[in-house]
Amino acid sequence: MGKIKTLADLKKIRDKQVSDINLRNKGDDAEKLVQIRVAMATCGIASGAKETMEFLIYDLEKRGVEAVVTQTGCMSYCYAEPTIEVTLPGKEPLVFGGVDTDKADEIIEKYIMGGELVDGIIPVNYETIDSKNKED
Amino acid sequence: MSNYSMHMLVCGGTGCKSSDSDILVEKLKKELLKQGLEETVQVVMTGCFGFCEKGPIVKIMPDNTFYTQVKPEDAEDIVEEHVVKGRRVTRLLYKDPEKNTAVEDTKHMGFYKKQLRIALRNCGFLDPEKIEEYIARDGYMAIGKVLTELSPEETISLMKDSGLRGRGGAGFPSGLKWEFARNNESDKKYVVCNADEGDPGAFMDRSILEGDPHSVLEAMAITGYCIGADEGFIYIRAEYPLAIERLKIAINQAREYGLLGENILGSGFNFDIGLKYGAGAFVCGEETALIHSMEGERGEPTLKPPFPAESGYHGKPTNVNNVETLANVPSIILKGAEWFSSIGTEKSKGTKVFALAGKINNVGLIEVPMGTTLREVIFEIGGGIKDGKKFKAAQTGGPSGGCLTEKHLDTPIDYENLVANGSMMGSGGMIVLDEDDCMVSIAKFYLGFTVEESCGKCVPCRIVNKRLHELLDRICSGKGELADLDRLKNLGEVIKDTSLCGLGQSSPNPVLSTLDNFYDEYYSHVVDKKCPAGVCKDLMEYFILEENCVGCTACARACPVGAITGERKELHTVNPDICIKCGACMEKCKFDAVILK
Repeated sequence: MGKIKTLADLKKIRDKQVSDINLRNKGDDAEKLVQIRVAMATCGIASGAKETMEFLIYDLEKRGVEAVVTQTGCMSYCYAEPTIEVTLPGKEPLVFGGVDTDKADEIIEKYIMGGELVDGIIPVNYETIDSKNKED
Repeated sequence: MSNYSMHMLVCGGTGCKSSDSDILVEKLKKELLKQGLEETVQVVMTGCFGFCEKGPIVKIMPDNTFYTQVKPEDAEDIVEEHVVKGRRVTRLLYKDPEKNTAVEDTKHMGFYKKQLRIALRNCGFLDPEKIEEYIARDGYMAIGKVLTELSPEETISLMKDSGLRGRGGAGFPSGLKWEFARNNESDKKYVVCNADEGDPGAFMDRSILEGDPHSVLEAMAITGYCIGADEGFIYIRAEYPLAIERLKIAINQAREYGLLGENILGSGFNFDIGLKYGAGAFVCGEETALIHSMEGERGEPTLKPPFPAESGYHGKPTNVNNVETLANVPSIILKGAEWFSSIGTEKSKGTKVFALAGKINNVGLIEVPMGTTLREVIFEIGGGIKDGKKFKAAQTGGPSGGCLTEKHLDTPIDYENLVANGSMMGSGGMIVLDEDDCMVSIAKFYLGFTVEESCGKCVPCRIVNKRLHELLDRICSGKGELADLDRLKNLGEVIKDTSLCGLGQSSPNPVLSTLDNFYDEYYSHVVDKKCPAGVCKDLMEYFILEENCVGCTACARACPVGAITGERKELHTVNPDICIKCGACMEKCKFDAVILK
């Protein structure tokens, strides 16, 4: 990557990144592409987030589900580690807590492939500065 | 794919479960089956909604209906009215406490979401190892704005107007701190990020560095521009390997993009950041001790003034800010001082991150606007006390803080109120205690931490704290006397008044605060020789209950000192004079006949 020399360049890169991320949501194969974020801070990893993430990557590929599995930081639900956030195409993101490999298997089988909800959803109980702006 | 067109989310948090939410789930399923709707509507149990006060909660998707205080017998109505006839069950809707009208859907329930994330805005949202994701969320736009539109003075005045105060503990206004550093002329100045998070139970700084390292880097560059520094350091505990790794990745990415280094965004401003590792001494969170440690000296504080803003790292003007403070900066620059100062209380603006721990259901990080009450934090967001026990106290501010009790539950939490109630904000650790916790032992625990962590430079902290700890030890082991309580108070005040740095000055707080709020408990320890919470072993005795004892002799055989006597198939007894209180008998007894009281 090259150096960003001006604020205008930075804005260009931002807009491209935003549209890249949107493309992931609304692109051609939006029917199939599933996005998963795994909370991988020290505490998540200590409760097995690494195993969960490896399992998700391996198992989704095995089952032929097209998905992007990425890591993120702490989602702040220490009581429910490991936590993952699943975004199905066209749907609101859902956070699941206590996702060990068995739970991950259930989530893939029932929620991702079957569209059924499974126990262990953590409702969003906070606002971010972005969500607050949208409501205004 | 499934054919579900409607979902019922029933709260399965501990609070709601104790009000029969699991029975409610069964009833809902049964009612749906009765109507032949089991293939159309799915009932799911979820985690806590953070609204335990009005539990059990049922949220119906996709129409976003939010029912509160739903009892199992309401299942029929919900299915018949809401699902079959498509009419909301008005009596179960949440009532707006001010207007007393039913609230239709969650979009109109602003009050329901008590948390507002500013410092944690990107944590758990973006990939911390990809600078592009940070840029996509307006990352580095704040430094861009500052470099192209604002002078350092204007930026500092914006920060002063925002009312942001240091999140590391003392709550000093950040903009003012920057101004002091700016006004001291020098050929070289430094920006330091204090990531030496040492309070037991606090981990928000680690989470921010692991989840959103770029926001801290960006804020440091902004600080550098304001005070006139071209170099910054992050002083981070070596015990945070993942945070260090992600910071290294983030610094390298920012350098590759030219967002750190020379001539940032073509403005002529240079700034680069390095890492310095701390070995985990608590006192190194104090800024002068931190600077000495960075210089390779012993991590000992020195008397202020001179403040680091005059003479800090290598004798040059240095600005030290905590991680959480810095994480707020980019949002303030982009959204403006007015926006930030509209959140919070009169003197404490913005939000504060708390690390909830202890006897609370939803252990975790929360970020709430200043002025949120302790009750909201513990009973709504935190989901209440574990196992339905009684709330006793919340310890805030770690080893430098104190206790808030039941009478403080409705006090809005901000810097001033916490200090007025004998505690302090500290870095935001909040340990919740229930009826089973002994306050004398808690005070002893925290003081033990300070005694270990005292650097030993000044006499009050080194010696008097040790004596204070011995007094507490004596009280816990049943050898205390009434006069000891006065001694505790007097010695505590002396330490407070005469210690060199913040560590010593605040070290007796846990003792003074518990003594103040729980005098009765101290009194029973020294006068009745009893520990009301049943924690202090030396004040307890083992007993065998007549009604449960079957005379199996298991306890007598397990006792290493032969303190238990009794014939086979007859009641056994413990001789307290011989008993060493090891608890072996209690472990061995299969009939719950051995008790401690």
